Amino acid sequence: MPRIKVPRKSTAIDMTAMCDVAFLLLTFFILTATARQPEPLPVDTPASTVKIKLPDTDIATLTVGRGKVFFSIPGQDIRRDLLEKMGTAYGIEFTEEEKKRFSVMESFGVPIGNLKQIIAMKGEERNKEGLQPGIPVDSVGVRPSELHQWVYQARLATKELHNQDMRVSIKGDANEKIPEIQKVIEILQSQNVNKFSLITSLRGEDY
Amino acid sequence: MAELDTSGGGGKKGGKIRTKKMSTRVDLTAMVDLAFLLITFFMLTTTLSKPQAMDIAMPDKDVKEQQQLTIADNRTMTILLGSGNRVEWYMGAVEKPLTPPQVDNYGKNGIRKALLEKKKEVIAMTGDPAKSLIVLIKPSEKSKYRNLVDILDEMAIVKPQTYAIVDIFEPEIELLKREGLYQ
Repeated sequence: MPRIKVPRKSTAIDMTAMCDVAFLLLTFFILTATARQPEPLPVDTPASTVKIKLPDTDIATLTVGRGKVFFSIPGQDIRRDLLEKMGTAYGIEFTEEEKKRFSVMESFGVPIGNLKQIIAMKGEERNKEGLQPGIPVDSVGVRPSELHQWVYQARLATKELHNQDMRVSIKGDANEKIPEIQKVIEILQSQNVNKFSLITSLRGEDY
Repeated sequence: MAELDTSGGGGKKGGKIRTKKMSTRVDLTAMVDLAFLLITFFMLTTTLSKPQAMDIAMPDKDVKEQQQLTIADNRTMTILLGSGNRVEWYMGAVEKPLTPPQVDNYGKNGIRKALLEKKKEVIAMTGDPAKSLIVLIKPSEKSKYRNLVDILDEMAIVKPQTYAIVDIFEPEIELLKREGLYQ
C-alpha cells in the first residue's frame, strides 16, 4: 500500500537578513551618539520633573561646583570672536594659533591672566581635576567681575555673528551652597539677563 | 537551537569511507534579540543624556523692594529654605504671620501638600481661580542648590499664580534659627 506522505514543511525562518538590518541600525545609533567631552569640573546636577530640553546652539553654560565657575559656549566661530573681544577688553594679545586652539576648547575656568597657559596645554592635561581654579566672580573695584565680562562679550559675539540673543544656562552641583549660585545670578541680573535655565536631570513626581 | 545535521552523508553505501558532509544550520533568533536590545539601549541613552532645562525668570534688579510688598498678605505664602533639607513656611507678613510658621520636608507629603491646601483655600477665599496663591521663595545661606531646584520643581507641579525668588530678611533668619534650621 502506498504510504501517504504528509509533506512536512520546514518552519525555520532564515534570520540572516533580519540580523543584518539589526546590526546596521545598531551601528547607526552608536555612531550618532556623540562622544561626551571630558569635563574639567564634574558636576552632579539636582533632579527635577521638568521635561524641556535645552537648545543646542547660542546658549552659554555656567558650570558651578565647589565654589568655582566654568564657562562654555558652543560654536567655534563664537568662541573665536569671544576670545578676540576679551583680549581687547583686558588688553591681551592672542596669536592666531592660540585663537584656533581656543575655538576648539569646550569648558574652561581660569582667570584671564592664566588663559594663555591653559590654551597652550594639551586636552587631557587641561581637564585634569582641580587644575583650573574657576573664573573669578568678584568685582575688582569699579570694574565688573571677569565672569560678567565673559557673559557680556559672549552675548555681543552671539548677536553679531548669529543675530540671536544668547541664552544662559546654569549647571550647578546639587550640594552647592546657595550663596555661590546667588552670586552668579546677581551677575546675570546686573546685565539684565533675567531669564535663564537651570540644568537638571529627570525624575518622577513622587519623591 | 543549532543543529548539526549528520544524516546527509549517510545512505551511500560503498567500500570507501567518505567524509560525511555535515551541514550546520545555526538559528540566529538569539543574535537578533541581542542586537535589538543594544539598539534600544543606545536609542534611549543618547536622547536621555541631553540635559533637561528648567527656566527661571528673575525680577528686574532695579525694581524697588516696596513695589513687591504691595500684594495681598492673605494670598501670600513665604517659604524659607533652611539647612538639612527642610523648609519653614507661613502665610502673610513676617511681623504678624497669619498662620504660625510651620516646618516641612520637601516632596509630595511635605511642602507640596501644604501648597496645594493653601492654594485651594485662597481660591475659595477670592472666589476667582485666576487669583490664587502667591509664593515668595527665600533661600537662606545654609540651604543647598538642590533645595532651590526642589522648590522650583514644586512650583512647576503646584502652579501657583506667581512665585518669586527674593532675599531673606533678618527676622526670618531668626525664625529659622529658632527651629534649628540654620546650621
